[in-house]
Amino acid sequence: MTPLANAENAGNAPAAAGPGNGATSAETGVANPWDNLRTVGSPDQWRDAGPEDRIAGVQPTMVLEPINEVELATALRYADSAGLSVIPRGSGSKLGWGNPPTRADLVLSTTRLNRVIEHAWADLTVSVEAGCTIGTLQDTLAQHGQRIAIDPLWPEHATVGGLLSTNDSGTLRIRYGGLRDLIIGATIALPDGTLASSGGKVVKNVAGYDLPKLVTGALGTLGVITRAVFRLHPLPHQVRSLTFVARDAADANRLMLAIQDSKLAHTGLQVRFNSGAQPEVDIRFDGTDQGLAAQTETLRKLAAPATETHSNDDVWYARQHLFGAARPNRSEPWSAGSLLSSEVRLSRTKEDARPTASTPGDTPEDSSPAAIAKFSVLLGSIASTCQQLRNLAEPLNVHWSAVAQGTGLGWIRLGPANADAIQQLLQRLRSQLEPAGGSLVVQYRSPEIPEIEAWGNPGDALPLMLSVKQQFDARNTLNPGRFVGGI
Amino acid sequence: MDPHILQKLRAITGDRGLITSPEQLKTYECDGLTNFRVLPDAVLLPSTTEQVQGIVRVCYEAGIPFVARGSGTGLSGGALPVKDGVVISTARMNRILEVDLPNARMVVEPGVINLEVTERVAANGFFYAPDPSSQSVCSIGGNVAENAGGAHCLKYGFTTTHVLGLEVVLPDGSLAHLGARALDAPGYDLAGVFVGSEGTLGIATKITLRIVKRPECIHTCLAAFGSTIEAGAAVSEIIGAGMLPAAIEMMDNLAIQAAEAAVHANYPNCGGLLLVELDGPTAEVEALMQQVDTICRKCGAAEIRVAQTDAERALVWKGRKAAFAAVGRISPNYIVQDGVIPRTALPRLMSEIERLGVEAGIRVANVFHAGDGNLHPLVLYDRRIEGQEHAAEVLANRILELCIEAGGSITGEHGVGEEKKMMMSKMFAEPDLDTMQRVRCAFDPKLLANPTKVFPRPRLCGEQPGEYHPHPLELAGVAERF
Repeated sequence: MTPLANAENAGNAPAAAGPGNGATSAETGVANPWDNLRTVGSPDQWRDAGPEDRIAGVQPTMVLEPINEVELATALRYADSAGLSVIPRGSGSKLGWGNPPTRADLVLSTTRLNRVIEHAWADLTVSVEAGCTIGTLQDTLAQHGQRIAIDPLWPEHATVGGLLSTNDSGTLRIRYGGLRDLIIGATIALPDGTLASSGGKVVKNVAGYDLPKLVTGALGTLGVITRAVFRLHPLPHQVRSLTFVARDAADANRLMLAIQDSKLAHTGLQVRFNSGAQPEVDIRFDGTDQGLAAQTETLRKLAAPATETHSNDDVWYARQHLFGAARPNRSEPWSAGSLLSSEVRLSRTKEDARPTASTPGDTPEDSSPAAIAKFSVLLGSIASTCQQLRNLAEPLNVHWSAVAQGTGLGWIRLGPANADAIQQLLQRLRSQLEPAGGSLVVQYRSPEIPEIEAWGNPGDALPLMLSVKQQFDARNTLNPGRFVGGI
Repeated sequence: MDPHILQKLRAITGDRGLITSPEQLKTYECDGLTNFRVLPDAVLLPSTTEQVQGIVRVCYEAGIPFVARGSGTGLSGGALPVKDGVVISTARMNRILEVDLPNARMVVEPGVINLEVTERVAANGFFYAPDPSSQSVCSIGGNVAENAGGAHCLKYGFTTTHVLGLEVVLPDGSLAHLGARALDAPGYDLAGVFVGSEGTLGIATKITLRIVKRPECIHTCLAAFGSTIEAGAAVSEIIGAGMLPAAIEMMDNLAIQAAEAAVHANYPNCGGLLLVELDGPTAEVEALMQQVDTICRKCGAAEIRVAQTDAERALVWKGRKAAFAAVGRISPNYIVQDGVIPRTALPRLMSEIERLGVEAGIRVANVFHAGDGNLHPLVLYDRRIEGQEHAAEVLANRILELCIEAGGSITGEHGVGEEKKMMMSKMFAEPDLDTMQRVRCAFDPKLLANPTKVFPRPRLCGEQPGEYHPHPLELAGVAERF
C-alpha cells in the first residue's frame, strides 16, 4: 500500500489500496473511503491492524500514528467524512474498558505525540502531549521535586490521554482530588477536524466552559485529547504508610469513618477485603518528620482496638494487583491491548508483580473466568456494599476480593467462578447500588462471561449527554457504542 | 410584556412571587457590576423546583430570555437582565435540605448563603471551603454559576471541586440530575461543565456540596515588605520550598491604607503586605511556619506577626475581605479587575501595572491571591474629572491584555459575564469558542438562558462555524466586531 503524500490531490489520484481487500477505487468504480485518509502522514506511520489491536474483541482495520496534532485532526476529519469509525488509543493499557465498539475501522494512536511541552516548575504546572506516559511525565517533574498528584494503574504504560479519557487517578485522590480537579487545560481534536483549546495554563481560571472536565472520563467519545495542562504538587518530604487489621467489614468501615472525621491530614485511605480473611485498613501520611510522628501517634490512639500490622508503601498497589495479570507485562515489549482486551485471559505472572504486603486475591488460574468492576458509594456504605457482595457471592460460589478507598470508590474482582455466576453477580450488585445513588462499572470481563453493559444507568441526564455527543460527534465516529447509553 | 404570559407566570408563582412594577424592578437592573443596567420585564421569585420548571417552560414556549439571579453580588454582570427578558431569583429557595456528616455532604437550595453552609456544620468541626469575599451575602446558586473562588482555594480548590451533584432545570424546563452524591457517576461530567457556566446552561435548583473537616491547627502570619516585588519573591520561595499554604494573599500600600481606614485591621504600614495561612496537624504547621518565617526574613520582611488568637486571625481576614469595598474610602470611583497570571510573572506585571498607572495618571491599588497568581487590581478614578473614567477603563483592559500575554486568564473568579465577553476572543481562538458553543447548544438550543453573556458573538445553534463573513454593517464601516 502506498499512501499518497499530498492530501489535496488525494481525491483525484489513483487511490491507495483499500485496507484488506486490495481493491482500488479505479478498479471498483466506487470511491474508497480510505483514499483521503491514507494521504495523512507517511507509510511508516501506518500499519494493518492485527489481533493485538482488537478492542474488546472487535478487530479494527488500520492503525495510524500521527506525529503532530494537526495530522491527528486531519486524519480524524477524513475518517469522519468517509464514515469510518475511529478508536483513539494511547498505550492501550485500558483499551478493554467500556463496551465493545459497534464499529472499529481506524485506530488513532497518540504514541508519537509524547512530548512534555513545558514544565513551568516555578508555577507548578505542566503542559504535556497526550501520548506521553505517566511514568515519563512523573520522572520529568521529579527533577524539580514535583508530581501530578495521581497514582494511576500501570504508570509505565498509561498515557496522559488514556488516563484522562478513562478517569483513572488512584489513592491520592482523597487528598488531592481526581483528575478533574488537577487538569487545568486541554486541547482536543474534534471529528470535523477542529482543534480546540480550553482552560489555560493557570490554576485559577473561570473564562469559558470547563471543557477539560467534559473530556475527562468521556472515553474519547467527544474528541481526541491531544494535549493537557495540569496543576502540580510538590513531592512529599517523607511518606509513611500504616496498616491495621479490622475484625470485620463493619469494624473497618468504622475506622475509616473515624479517620475521615478526625483532624488527620492523610494522603491515602483504603481497605482491602479478601473473602475469608480479615479486612485491612491502610492509611498514608506525607510531611515533615515532626508532623509524621505526631500524626502516627494520633492515629494509633484512634485505631485503638484494631491491631496494627506490618505495612509499607507497596500496599497502595493493591488496586493494580486486583487486576492481576490483566495488565501490561513488564517482561515483554509492551504490545497494546495484548493483555487487557477481554479476549486475553488472566495469567499467573507472579514474578512480575510489585512486592506487596498481603495483596488481596490470588491470581486466578489461566482458565478461570474473572471480572473486575469499579463501584462508587458513599464512604459510610462500604461495609454494607461489602456485605451485599458477600451475600451475593456465597450462594453463587464466586470467589471475590476488593479494595475500597476513603473516597467511596472501590474495585472488586470476581473469580475464579462460573462465568454465568459472575455476570449474575455483577448485575445484581449493580441493581442494589444504583437505587441508593451508587454505581458499578465493569472494567474487565474475561471472554467466557456473557456480555454485560459496562456502565450502568446514567439517569435522567442521558438525553443531555446524547445531545452533547450529537454536537461534538454527529456521525458517531469516535468510539461508537462504547460509552453510556449506547454513546 | 404580553399580558397572557404574565398571567401564566402569575399562575405559577402567585402575586407574591412576581414583580412587575418599575420601582421594584429597579432593584434587579444590575448586579455588583453597576455600570451596566437593564430593566427586566418581570422578576420571578419561585420557591420550588416545580415553579422554576413552570417559569422556564413558559419562557421556552414563548421564546423569552431569562436570567437566573442569586444574591446579585456578582462582579461581571452575570446577573444583568437581558432586554425583553425576565429575571428568575432563587432568593426564596433558601433551605438546607440535608446534612450528612459521616459522608461530609450537604444538600442545599441555590438561595442558601455561602456562609450559612459553614455555620450550619461549624459546631461539628466542618467548613465549606470556597470563601469568596462576599461570602456573608452571596448565594450558593450564584457561586455555582460563577465557579466562585476565594482566598482558600489555593489549597482547597474552587466551587467546582466542592460541588458533587446538581439538580438542574434545563432551558426547556425539563429536569436533569448531573453528577451524584457518590463520585464518578457514569457518563459525561456535566456537573463539571455546569459549574462556572454563568447561568447559560440552566438553573441549579438543588446542590450537593462536599464539606471539609476543619484542620487541627491554623496559623496566620503577616509579613511586611518594602515592596510588592519583595513580597512576590517570598511567595515564590514559599511555594518553591514545597509548601502548599491554605492561603497566600498580598496587598500593596494603597490597599493597606484603604483596609485600615475601613476596618482598622492593624496592618503594618508597608509597601507590600503578605498574609500567609498554614493549616493542618499542629506539629506540621509549626515546623512549616518556622520555614515561612525564615524565608520572609531572607526576602527582606521588616516585620513578621503571627495572629495568636482566633480573634486576631479574624481581624486579619476582615481587613483583607473588606479591601474591595474599603477602596471606596480612598477613591470616589474604582474598577475591580480580576485577572490571572502564572505566579512567576508577578514581579514583571506589578512593575508594568505601576508604570501604566503613572503614565495614565491613575492610581491602582492591588489586592490579590498571590499564591495562585490571581490579581485584583483596583483602578481608582474620579468620574467628575473629565476623561478619567475612560482612562481608567482603558487601563483596566490593558491590564487584562497583559495577563493574556503572560499566559494567564481574563478572569480567575469573577466570571466573564457581560463585562469581559469581548475579551474572550483575545484569550481564545474562534474554534475554541465555537467548541464551547456546542456545549451551549446541547443544553440550550433556543439560546434563552442568559443568552447575551460570556461569548462575544453567540453562534446560533445549527450555524456551522466556517469562513468569516462580515456583517453588512461592518462592511459599511458602521459597526465593528471585536
